This record gives sequence, structure tokens and C-alpha cells, in this order.
Amino acid sequence: MSEIKGIGIRSQFSFQFELKQSWPEPMNLLQVRNLSVRIENKTILENINFELGAGERLVILGPNAAGKTVLLKTLLNLFPYSGEIVWADVRLGYVPQKIDPERHLPITYKDLLKSKCKILNVSAVRIPEISESVGLTKAELETPVGHLSGGQFQRGLIGFALIGDPQVLLLDEPTASIDEPGEEHIYNLIHRLQDRYNLAVIAVSHDLSFIYRYATKVLCLNKQGLCVGAPQEVLAPEILSKLYGEPVSYYHHDHTTHPAEH
Amino acid sequence: MQASELYSITLACLTAVAAGLIGSFALMKRMSLAGDVVSHIALPGLGLALVFRINPLIGACATLLLGTFLIWYLQRRGTFTTDVAIGVIFTAALAIGTLVTPSEDLIEALFGGFQSLTLGWFLLGVIAVASVIAFVWGFRHKLIVGLFSTELAAATGIRVSRVDLCYLLMFSLTVLLGLRFLGALLVGALIIVPAAVGRQLTHTLGAFLTVSSVAGVLSVLIGFLVSRYYPAIRIGSVTLHLALGPAIISAATLLFLLSLLRKKI
Repeated sequence: MSEIKGIGIRSQFSFQFELKQSWPEPMNLLQVRNLSVRIENKTILENINFELGAGERLVILGPNAAGKTVLLKTLLNLFPYSGEIVWADVRLGYVPQKIDPERHLPITYKDLLKSKCKILNVSAVRIPEISESVGLTKAELETPVGHLSGGQFQRGLIGFALIGDPQVLLLDEPTASIDEPGEEHIYNLIHRLQDRYNLAVIAVSHDLSFIYRYATKVLCLNKQGLCVGAPQEVLAPEILSKLYGEPVSYYHHDHTTHPAEH
Repeated sequence: MQASELYSITLACLTAVAAGLIGSFALMKRMSLAGDVVSHIALPGLGLALVFRINPLIGACATLLLGTFLIWYLQRRGTFTTDVAIGVIFTAALAIGTLVTPSEDLIEALFGGFQSLTLGWFLLGVIAVASVIAFVWGFRHKLIVGLFSTELAAATGIRVSRVDLCYLLMFSLTVLLGLRFLGALLVGALIIVPAAVGRQLTHTLGAFLTVSSVAGVLSVLIGFLVSRYYPAIRIGSVTLHLALGPAIISAATLLFLLSLLRKKI
């Protein structure tokens, strides 16, 4: 019964989603205005402005120590800030960059997913479906987290983020972990999940090929938001060199259509 | 066995269950040494209470509470490193505690002893044990996610620092329960050693918690029986005086050594 209800809700979502896409000015899931973050009297972020529409894939690009992770965590309300962060009534899923669990921690992703269900007070019936969708086998689900490979571990983190049915996924450096041969690439995984669960995505990355293949919108960040726009406009050599402080260019041979062009 | 003696040993066993649960999480939180700091902070309070002829548990409770908040504050500020705490708080508490404790009570304050209990204190002890167990059960999901990643826990809506404080308070309550029969120097071991046995022998969280608690209860029972029926053992020219506290922790250590025989995968 609850399964049928779930499908009903989802199809309703995609209907709304299509409607929104055809509107000239889609309602934003997130609106950030004049955002500044100071930590211990140091300005980490200053005057950031951008928005996120339904179904968008926003990638935050910037050099090391540009405040990318801080921005992501501020959006999750983990740091005090000044300015405005206005989320529409949405649930968020967060995939952190790196967690280094103790090798002997006797905790499995099955325990973690179950615990998150209990904390959020949602039913645990979707755990098998969610783990299947991120490509985590039953055996991996029951393996202590410290014994999983980097790729399996990251899939588990994404699965953990998907518990509670989020509408927006926030990912910190999703391409940093090493993929094993034969496994689905993390881009494809995120893309597939986005279609399956109708997600908008905010991802931190400095992987330019990820941005070209994946982003619909880019926010260049170096304490201040240097630019916001489509990847083709934003990733001009002069902006990249301004961002990284040295001449950088990314040659993209545009033979195929990629998601950014849809 | 008299009723008061029965109360005492029953409460000691129940305390071992609480210590096993709290200790398992201490081990997973990598704060097993911070636990020793907490228990040593009880000593100055214990000593001062003896000087002023108040119930020693009240004195210990007061300094423990102070210590708990101190550790919580340092942890929260992110400046807490266990080695610094060991180097400063632990030794200072031991020194000050030894200074203020009347010398005739010192051995018992440090190493514990067997005291019979009235029904009232027994019931109070049972309530304390029940609240530690209820905390671990009720907060287990938050504790598990927090163990994995505090950042992820915060993003899931868990008030991490509040859960940490509750955990530390329950830790201190367990120390207080054990202080009576183990003393300030040995009570930390009842929290850590059985949990180390549990970790050595198990692979899942449920089994870990169970084995830690069982190892704690076994240690208490073995220690109690040995110190009661063989208070002094002569081995050649050496006589071993098996007081309750040291006997319990020796039993726990023996269980740990035995657990090492099983090779961990």
C-alpha cells in the first residue's frame, strides 16, 4: 500500500517539475543573497549570491581553501552566517567529502541507514531499494564500514544521504574517491539518481571535466563568488586564471552534446 | 550471605553492565583515556567530603560533575587532546586528591573496598544503572551516527554537542557507581577493560555491547568470589592480598589476555 502511495507522490513530483520547467521564471529551491561567513574573525566567504532551480546541477568550483566546503556546510546550517539563505520547503541530503572511520568500528551501513531512518522517524522499508540504487550489495551493506573500499564507502555515503527522501543532494568532491575497475563512474551514478529520485544537486568540485560533463550551472568561488552561469560561459580561460591566480585553460572538444546543453 | 551484602554485590554486577555499555561507546569514540581523567577527578571531591564528614559520594559527585563539564567544554572547543588532559588534569586531580584525603581512608578511596549497602542506597543505585542503560538504548541511533561522523550527524539534525554532554554525564554516573567498590584509580578499568574484551571477540555492534557487559559482570563475580574466599594467597614466599577492587580488575585483565588468544580477522 505504501509502495503505491510512494509512486503516486513521485509521479506527481515529476509533473510539477515539468510544469516548472516550462515557466519563464521557475521557482527557486534555494536563494542565496549577500552571504558572508566569518570563522574566528577570519572572513571565509564574502558576499555570495546565487540560486538553485528545480532539477539543476550546480557545481561550486574553486581552488583549495576557497571556502567551497564551508559554503556547502553553511547551506546545511552548520556554520553561523550573515546574509540570506532561503530554502524552499525541501529536504536535504548531504554527502561529505571524506570520513575516516576507525578500521575496527563494528558498524555497518545497514546499521547507519537504519539509525538514520529511526532518527528521522521514517520507515526502514526503503533501505534495500536505496542501497540497490547506489549499487551497494547486501554483503557490502553488512560489512563494517572500515573494511569497505573507497568506492563502496562513497556509495554508502550517498545511500545514507538518500534516506529521508531528499529533494536536494549536496555533495562535497564526489569525484575524489577512487573508482574500481568495473564499477559505475560516480558521475553516472549521480546522474542516474537524479533522474530516479528527481533531485536537484549542489556539488563542490575542482574537476573541470566533471563540470563540463555534468553541471548545468557553475559558481566560481574564491572567497567571493566570482561568477555564476552556464559552464561554457563561466569556464573561459580568463576567469579560470583569475580564480586560480595563474593561467589555466581547459580545452574541451565539443563533439558530443552533454547534459549542460539540454 | 546477608541482605546488605547481597545488595552490594547485585549493584556491583548491575554497574558492570552499565560500564560495559558506556565503555563500548568510549572505545568506539576513542576516548578511553578521557574516561580515566573523569574517574580521577572524583578523588579530590571524595577526599574533601571525608575531611568535612559529608557522604563521600556527594563530594565525588560534585567534582565529577565539574570535570564532566570541563571535558565537554574542551571537546566542544576542539582543543581537547587526550594526552594533554592526561598530563595535566589526571595527575593534578590525583595529587590534590591524595593531599586532601585523610591517610586512613586513602587506600580505600584509591582502590575501593567492599561496603555493605542499605536498601535505600541499593535502590538509588539501581535507578542510576537503569538510567545509564535507558540512555544508551534511547540514544543508540544518535550515538551510532555520531560515532561515524559528527558532521554527518549534525547534518541529520542531531544536536551533537548535547548528545555528547548526555553521554559524558552518563559516563560520570557510571564512574560514581563503580567508585564505591573500585576506588578512583581502578574504576576507569571496569569501563575500558571489559569493552576491550568485547571488541576483541565480536564483529557486530549488538554482540560488542553484549560481550562487553557480560565480561564486566564476570570480572565482578570472579573478583568478588576470589577476594571473599581467598583474601590472601601464598605463592612460595610471596603473599598476594586480593582486595576486592584489584581482584576485579585483575579478573578483567585476565579475560582480556584470554580474548587476545582469539585472532581478530
